[in-house]
Amino acid sequence: MSIPSDLKYTATHEWVRRETDGTMTVGITHHAQEQLGDIVFVETPAVGKAFKRDQECGVVESVKAASDIYAPVGGEVTAANAVLRDTPEAINQDPYGAWMFKLRPADPAEWDGLLDAAAYAKVAESEAH
Amino acid sequence: MLIFELSRPGRGSFHQAPAPVPEPQLPPALLRALPPLLPEVSELDAVRHYTRLSQKNFSIDTQFYPLGSCTMKYNPRACNQLAMLPGFLAAHPAAPEAAIQGLLACLYDLQEILKEVTGMAAVSLTPMAGAQGEFAGVAMIRAYHDSRGDAERTEIIVPDAAHGTNPATAAMCGYATREVSTDREGNVDLAALRSAVGPKTAGLMLTNPSTLGVFEPSIEAIRDIVHGAGGLLYYDGANLNAILGKVRPGDMGFDVIHVNLHKTFSTPHGGGGPGAGPVGVSARLAEFLPVPVVAKEEGGYRWLTELERPRSIGRLSAHGGNVGVLLRAYVYARMLGREGMARVADYATLNANYLMAELARAGFELAFPRRRASHEFIVSLKNLKETTGIGAMDVAKRLLDKGFHAPTTYFPMLVSECLLIEPTETESKETLDAFVAAMREILEEAHTRPELVKNAPHTLPVRRLDDVKAARDLNLTWKPNPG
Repeated sequence: MSIPSDLKYTATHEWVRRETDGTMTVGITHHAQEQLGDIVFVETPAVGKAFKRDQECGVVESVKAASDIYAPVGGEVTAANAVLRDTPEAINQDPYGAWMFKLRPADPAEWDGLLDAAAYAKVAESEAH
Repeated sequence: MLIFELSRPGRGSFHQAPAPVPEPQLPPALLRALPPLLPEVSELDAVRHYTRLSQKNFSIDTQFYPLGSCTMKYNPRACNQLAMLPGFLAAHPAAPEAAIQGLLACLYDLQEILKEVTGMAAVSLTPMAGAQGEFAGVAMIRAYHDSRGDAERTEIIVPDAAHGTNPATAAMCGYATREVSTDREGNVDLAALRSAVGPKTAGLMLTNPSTLGVFEPSIEAIRDIVHGAGGLLYYDGANLNAILGKVRPGDMGFDVIHVNLHKTFSTPHGGGGPGAGPVGVSARLAEFLPVPVVAKEEGGYRWLTELERPRSIGRLSAHGGNVGVLLRAYVYARMLGREGMARVADYATLNANYLMAELARAGFELAFPRRRASHEFIVSLKNLKETTGIGAMDVAKRLLDKGFHAPTTYFPMLVSECLLIEPTETESKETLDAFVAAMREILEEAHTRPELVKNAPHTLPVRRLDDVKAARDLNLTWKPNPG
């Protein structure tokens, strides 16, 4: 299970990267894409739309299931990865490269509330029924 | 081959066509320039085409069909036959009540039977599918809170093991969904539930036995927590087959229930319906039931409508629901009787537990080895996948080669590489043993000839389908070859 230590995570399997300009880039983890299987459709949030932390803001659909994506921190969407519209399988091939959207956080301190790699590893492990 | 590809201009079965009628005079602007694009085939071509299609299909009439959560039991032919008596078939939905007293009597009796079986105070038969039943149920929860001026309740609580329809229903009724987790034994986490309920709780939607195939032993504690917070309890009747005639949702404290007649009461599955999802409620919700419902009065039976039920959530169908389906369920219930209902649960549970024990003995890992199965159970192929690369989908596909419909795969999502297996009460020990033998063979093949399983099926008209391509490049419309 690949969990890069320079990223932060949520219990709902999003990864978050803090960029130098203060925005946060969001995708789903290696564990999440593995559980979902082949991804066939991704719905990313509209640029300019604002979300609260933990609010549903997108959908990932695989051959097995459809899963909601939650905003890891509150904020406004500044970019969405248009590449995923035609090649959603990019998430399976490179989950940490195939980002879904970028947020400008309303409260940058929410970064500190996210899980680090070790804490996320525990979450992913405990789910393996 | 598609029937369109069999088509030859001018071919047909005109001798059976109705006598020609005089051509109506239509304005030229409305006349079509080209004939409609319909296949032109002989009667024999049509018969052979559809017979071949039916032979390619897996069905309960031809194969064991252990599709978990779907209750693919045998539907007795008698139900079908009696529902097609001329008096039922020829009844018009708008016929005056006096002309359809027999039909109304059957529907009234079915309401009474479902009341008795579920332990609810009142029943409406009108929802036309399980999903519509759910919608009606949560709409009544909403109507109840609204009638008390209690507008603060905006959340429906749903366990993470729930059917996907539960959160969808909550959303359709304008509620937010709040998820509570399940513990390692498959039960609702009571601490999580306690911290989830509050003044915002409109209700809890629960399936018991759950989608994990286990009975929720803390149901009374769950009821007290939810009722204590002012919420109502919704029973998803998907798994009613396991407890039919044994335990009643009304006695467990549920306020609303929908019953999937196509599962528990043996009406047709699939093909998009027609379904039926009657709803039952406790006394405090009775006035909100969807109309029409059938009442028995001194002079006979009659429909109760908005006139008598002004606080009803309204109508879910133009008439009284899918009456043809309701009649099949009525006949089924009458054939079973009170003792028969309990035998359904006995044998459904016995078959599931026998199959579970035999598969465990064959080397399959159970998701909840310490729990007794209800009417269904879960095998997890997580370790098999790790050691051999053979997962749930591969085993499911290989089962087709061996003449069995596959169990449900990858649901519930809580268990990785899972097969949800539901044999139902209508299968014999011999059939169950044959299934176990096939599963043993597949387990052996997974270790010795994994490619055989990985590439299954080998014996069917189509080989392994490309799931991704099927989901992304839908091509369902035949178009004539431009050449």
